[in-house]
Amino acid sequence: MTMKRWIWIPVLVLLVSCGQSGQNTVRLMTHDSFSVSAELLQSFEEEEGIRVVLLPSGDAGAVLNQAILSKGNPLADVFFGVDNAFLSRALAAELFEPYHSPRLTEIPDGLQLDPEYRLLPVDYGDVCLNYDKAWFAQRNLAPPANLEDLIRPEYAGLLVVENPATSSPGLAFLLATIGHLGTGGYLDYWAKLRANDVLVADGWEEAYWGHFTAASDGTRPVVVSYASSPPAEVFYSETPLEEAPTAAIVADGSCFRQIEFVGILKGTKQRAAARALVDFMLGWRFQEEIPLQMFMFPANLNAVLPEVFALYAAVPQQTAEVDPIDIEVHREEWIEAWTEVVLR
Amino acid sequence: MLFWVPIVFLALFFIYPLLAIFWVSLLPDGQFALEALRELLARPHYMRTVWFTIWQAALSTFLTLLVGLPGAYVFGHYHFRGRQILKALTTVPFVMPTVVVAAAFRALLGPSGRLNQLLQSLLAWESPPIQLEHSLWLILLAHVFYNYTVVIRIVGGFWANLSRHSEEAAAVLGADRRRVMWHVTLPALGPALLAATLLIFLFTFTSFGVILILGGPRFSTLETEIYRQAVVFLKFPVAAALSILQIVFTYGIMLAYTHFQRRITAPLRFQSQQMTLRPVVTRRERILVTANVVLMVILLLAPLLALVERSFVGADGRFTLAYYLELPVNRRGSVLHVAPLQVVVNSLRYAAVTVLLATALGALSAWHLASEGSQGKRRRWAGWLDSLLMLPLGVSAVTLGFGYVVALGWLRTWEGLIPLAHSLIAFPFVVRSVLPVLRGIGPHLREAAAVLGASPGRVRREVDLPIAARALVVGAMFAFTVSMGEFGATSFIARPGATITLPIAINRFLGQPGTLSFGQAVALSTILMLVCAGGLLAIERFRYGDIGEF
Repeated sequence: MTMKRWIWIPVLVLLVSCGQSGQNTVRLMTHDSFSVSAELLQSFEEEEGIRVVLLPSGDAGAVLNQAILSKGNPLADVFFGVDNAFLSRALAAELFEPYHSPRLTEIPDGLQLDPEYRLLPVDYGDVCLNYDKAWFAQRNLAPPANLEDLIRPEYAGLLVVENPATSSPGLAFLLATIGHLGTGGYLDYWAKLRANDVLVADGWEEAYWGHFTAASDGTRPVVVSYASSPPAEVFYSETPLEEAPTAAIVADGSCFRQIEFVGILKGTKQRAAARALVDFMLGWRFQEEIPLQMFMFPANLNAVLPEVFALYAAVPQQTAEVDPIDIEVHREEWIEAWTEVVLR
Repeated sequence: MLFWVPIVFLALFFIYPLLAIFWVSLLPDGQFALEALRELLARPHYMRTVWFTIWQAALSTFLTLLVGLPGAYVFGHYHFRGRQILKALTTVPFVMPTVVVAAAFRALLGPSGRLNQLLQSLLAWESPPIQLEHSLWLILLAHVFYNYTVVIRIVGGFWANLSRHSEEAAAVLGADRRRVMWHVTLPALGPALLAATLLIFLFTFTSFGVILILGGPRFSTLETEIYRQAVVFLKFPVAAALSILQIVFTYGIMLAYTHFQRRITAPLRFQSQQMTLRPVVTRRERILVTANVVLMVILLLAPLLALVERSFVGADGRFTLAYYLELPVNRRGSVLHVAPLQVVVNSLRYAAVTVLLATALGALSAWHLASEGSQGKRRRWAGWLDSLLMLPLGVSAVTLGFGYVVALGWLRTWEGLIPLAHSLIAFPFVVRSVLPVLRGIGPHLREAAAVLGASPGRVRREVDLPIAARALVVGAMFAFTVSMGEFGATSFIARPGATITLPIAINRFLGQPGTLSFGQAVALSTILMLVCAGGLLAIERFRYGDIGEF
């Protein structure tokens, strides 16, 4: 008879779940790479009298999907982590309400892609090729300097990229080739990369930890990663390093800039608190933490970069540009065409 | 009435979210999204995907059974030193994250891996002789690696409790070894074999990480295609249509299973393992046991050991404890950092709840199914129900995850959802572990007890439970391992505060560059292995009354 207790489980579930969000609690839905120091978040909470609940809910694509599916009955008040590759999609889904934060004056116009202020830029990172310095030094081979170098025979079999159909840096790198070579030229370039034995991994983890010579037992000394990966290599080294073991290739047009946006979800019942949180995320204190917490660059011009970034991070002068609307209209078509040329 | 509990559970946490996501996806604006289905039928790519999904699963299942059955025989027949520990270790692969396993495989089989180095130095070859990178072989190998334990636990466990009387009788009557095997042993093992086949097939049918990471981008299954459509292209109607296709296939397989299962079920005699397990005596037996132990060491333990070793080797190639010592350090002062001990405790807590919940639900379902009558109506109901119970294994994690967002969004921040989701995946394993044993109990035992005056409750307590106890323990062990290793569903459930599990924490380390990050991921994986093996050994010690190791 004791087994009968199980009957109460659904009832319990219903009871426990009632009455969850209290007054002045703001929920921030975000991806798994989000981070902020406990100290800073606590001081924000104390100063504003707001409690912040963080809801990291998977990788960037999955989180945006969850927001779209729960539209009208949002799971959170603020959403962080839409990037420019999915900006138009997020805006078209009408998930966000406009908010013209006073902090926007400190953020360059080039990063502000939504003229209606529904999505506000928080940080950016450049998806660039990284190479293993020691590997090239040992072989007396000059590392590739730009995208064009990679289709030359001396660099055959050296590159690993991520599949744009399953990986966000993979998609960003595909966009870099489209922005740089144009919609007429990128497929031809990829066909040559394929002929030069490019390896395609499913995601960044597998490309970096599985195939990149600087980080694994792999055989590929060039990988698609971020311009901020070399400083991260120094920061997260098991032994103190004088020099980064890897470097990013930042020639004009060889990188794609991912910009990450924050927005207030329509239907929030905590508008004032949500706005305070957005202001906080755009303000210099949070912005100065971004490099070491998330290995991205702060959007706010007043934020000072930490030493490890100033020393080891290269910033491309000119990144490859693709209009967000074009991305939204052609994303699937580009990925399918890429798949046809590179994989089939 | 109790059998309604698992059904209510399924309805609330499985069927309702699934229907909700299908509703939202296929009727986006109140109109049926016909285009999605048209696209599905128009593109040959999808049909190729379906075909590949089926045959790779069938081949993986066949190979796993082929490699696993001799191991199941050994575990089902012999006592030998280290038996328990070896058995626990064969289960550890089940919980390991795919990215980490891929790194271990590469350390052994990769272009500059151990085996290639050895062969190259032996053969003095220029290029590595073994080239498995991104091939079907690696998918099959990984599927055998992950699912070997299912054969060992379900078939080996069943075998160990199978009475030897019939085999001995056949031998006395003059049947040679092969005839005994074909005509006596295999038919008796049938239900367990079929259950293991079904579990492995469904698991490899919905395989995700192995296909993407080890197979590489040229391979796609229904599961990876659903992910691509839903998460990357945000085409929910196509993803939903593919999910329904996946469910229809799973359901068809289940119906075939119940059909075969009914044809081969016959009353069996069970014995305590104290009676059936023998020490290794003859030369033939010694060779058999040694060969299987060696196989398990090479196939299962070598990759795990490569990981353990990796967690102690620094970037300079020398021994280091740096990765372990760094685990509790919060370099960034991040609010999301969780101490390793806390993560282990979290995982164990969720696993404990999952074990209780899944075992209870699984046992209730199995009892209900085992008591199916011979009348047509009840039998059909039981077959239908059995198929429904297995569906959670055959449904894409992405689909169900999004279903939770749509249907149970208001519950999402509740921590209890994690063990509930784990139980959903775990309890089909419990059903499949327990049901073959319950169905094998001859009706005469129950009838005898009833004639002697035992109430139905007492029959269940004193006849069914002692015989099925061992199988319940096997089910509990599956529930434990499923919970310890689960990643997909857990990552969908928001994790406020410090509620992350070991696989989620490992994944976080893998997300950032730096030798320390990967080292910590491997160190945490080693801890996961230890906790998992320890937990399994603890559950294995469970005894029901004084029946012994049944």
